[in-house]
Amino acid sequence: MSWAQISCQYDGTYPGFLSCVFDCWVNREEPAEFRTPDDMCCSLYPLRTVETDMEHARRVYRSFDKFGREGRELAVRCFLTCLPERELWLWRFLRLGYEQGAGVSRNLTDPVVDKVRKAVWHLEHEAHQYKGFARFSQQEEILVGEIEPKNRVLPLLRPHFCSRYPQERFVLHDRTHAEALFHRPGPGGWAILSVEDFSPGPAGEEELAYRKLWRTFYDTIAIEGRYNPRCRMTHMPKRYWAMMTEFQEERDAALPEMPGRGGRISSKDTEENGKIEGILLRKYTENSGRRTI
Amino acid sequence: MELLDKLNILADAAKYDAACTSSGLDRSGRPGTIGNTTMAGCCHSFSADGRCISLLKVLQTNVCIYDCQYCVNRRSNDVPRAAFTPEELCELTMGFYRRNYIEGLFLSSAVIKSPDYTTELMIRTLRILREKHRFGGYIHAKAIPGADPLLTRRLGLLADRLSVNIELPSSPSLALLAPDKKKEAILAPMGQIRDGISQSKQEIAVYRHAPRFAPAGQSTQMIVGATPESDRHILTLTQALYDRYQLKRVFYSAYMPVSPLVPVSEDYQPPLLREHRLYQADWLLRYYHFRAEEILDESRPNLDPRMDPKCCWALRHLEFFPVEVNRADYEVLLRVPGLGVRSARRILRARRVGPLSFEGLKRLGVVLKRAQYFLTCSGRMMTGLRVSEDGLLRHLISLEAPALAAPMPEQLSLFGDAV
Ligand code: SF4
Repeated sequence: MSWAQISCQYDGTYPGFLSCVFDCWVNREEPAEFRTPDDMCCSLYPLRTVETDMEHARRVYRSFDKFGREGRELAVRCFLTCLPERELWLWRFLRLGYEQGAGVSRNLTDPVVDKVRKAVWHLEHEAHQYKGFARFSQQEEILVGEIEPKNRVLPLLRPHFCSRYPQERFVLHDRTHAEALFHRPGPGGWAILSVEDFSPGPAGEEELAYRKLWRTFYDTIAIEGRYNPRCRMTHMPKRYWAMMTEFQEERDAALPEMPGRGGRISSKDTEENGKIEGILLRKYTENSGRRTI
Repeated sequence: MELLDKLNILADAAKYDAACTSSGLDRSGRPGTIGNTTMAGCCHSFSADGRCISLLKVLQTNVCIYDCQYCVNRRSNDVPRAAFTPEELCELTMGFYRRNYIEGLFLSSAVIKSPDYTTELMIRTLRILREKHRFGGYIHAKAIPGADPLLTRRLGLLADRLSVNIELPSSPSLALLAPDKKKEAILAPMGQIRDGISQSKQEIAVYRHAPRFAPAGQSTQMIVGATPESDRHILTLTQALYDRYQLKRVFYSAYMPVSPLVPVSEDYQPPLLREHRLYQADWLLRYYHFRAEEILDESRPNLDPRMDPKCCWALRHLEFFPVEVNRADYEVLLRVPGLGVRSARRILRARRVGPLSFEGLKRLGVVLKRAQYFLTCSGRMMTGLRVSEDGLLRHLISLEAPALAAPMPEQLSLFGDAV
């Protein structure tokens, strides 16, 4: 017997999505689409609004253990990808997983598994690229970096950068998804939070000097007799260049400091213009440290 | 002299070294330190020549007492000279590392005063990095031939990877172009490093905190095209280096005409395609269970520029094919042109669920352009495929044509220039 088709509206978070899975499964309903409150248009299907329920989310999350280590990772990571209609694909993947158990991730020729795997591979590949291509600037005592990824790579980058800079305070801002990874020294000293209106301050003298040194190194290290722009482009597509120091002209030096922008960011749920430092400290006490996805 | 000028001179002098990988070692960061390393390594940028930039690759100094003819730093060459103080170089490395420009330092040096003096200078730099800055990122150091073994040992305790460049593929070439270097002087530190690494591994097995000597292994590099050795000679040498010295990698560097003393013709072009084919053949030795003598023999001393070495091998061994996707062993799958390590592994996993068809292979991400001629799925060739031996050769060559028309085919890579 086929399940009734509905349109699932949720808050756009991962626990919210898992709550949808719970409700649909219990009510024997097949979501034909997933919507968040931001989606404007009306729907052809009966609308079911799902409230995020942490207990339901946890139960669904635990059920992923059935898929084996790899299948579980796909079920978690797929949500971070930029796959169009990722929720629907993930839902189909989960149904397949409940049917097939741990074998699901090995079922490489199934179109649903294939779609999900490719999307996750794209996410992982992008995260790997950003491990190298992300650039930080020193602003007072804090390292500030910005990226513009297609997928939500911060949860994947988090272990790497926290391991790389255990003693540093740093912020890595994802422009595309308006969220940032914050870190300070000490166990569990990190958080991924949504931020609005993030703008790094102007660079100091030392920072400018290092940028210049890096550009010099970058230009010097290429061998003229082997010039090969096509090869460079294959390995490092143009879309990364805009945020990379080696391709930036130094405008910082020429521009006067803009009022109200220097070294400040504001976040949805903190007061305007809290200093990075302030946000770091307050957030840690409020959120007891972490939020994974 | 300004730091910027020094960097300019000493990076310029180091750029001909092909190695820039930061791979071979997993070490996570610990509280109180800065830096980690990852097994696959990490490319932080790509320069205009398409090469991976992973490490700050510089010389401690380009002042040299020797006069190797193929080298820009040779004593008789009229170029500006400079030297980093250990402190300067450490500041620079840390400044770059914190900004995520680099994965670590690749420290090499020309020979200033004596091999011992040079090595001591390098040791001072690495000690400050490791001890004062508590740097846990990647360090690749060049061992200086002729230095006291005790100094080389101290260098290896600070670095993650050591290398000694073999420079030229044979002793007569060395005698001709690097009169100050003897094959023995190069091989001696190589042997010492090999023994140091294996001893250190044993000690760590017994006592976890035993000091680590070059834990990411040893590599070397040779210049191709300055001297007349054949590809077969070079590959046989490469294999011997892997077998006898347990090297992690051998790098090849197409000779750039930096000296009027190495006679090259007017229209000399650095043999980039040859270098590319050598890397492909090297890949076959390291990951595809090939031996040098299978790839080239006396009747065929050089790699075919038109096709990759695996295709060439397959065309000479058509009796080996077609291979049945649903039954063949891993090693057999690896011999199929167009199938890489990743595809072969995927095939092994996917066929446990059910028999694979050509459609299924495509879904796995297997590229069939080349492989289709050498495979069957459940006993059947790809439908509509019929070619003679002759047509096959022409077809495989034409597949490479677009890559060859470009200025330079990219080096093989798994995630950039990892491994
Ligand atoms: S010893 Fe090294 S730096 Fe000096 S000339 Fe020879 S190759 Fe060049």
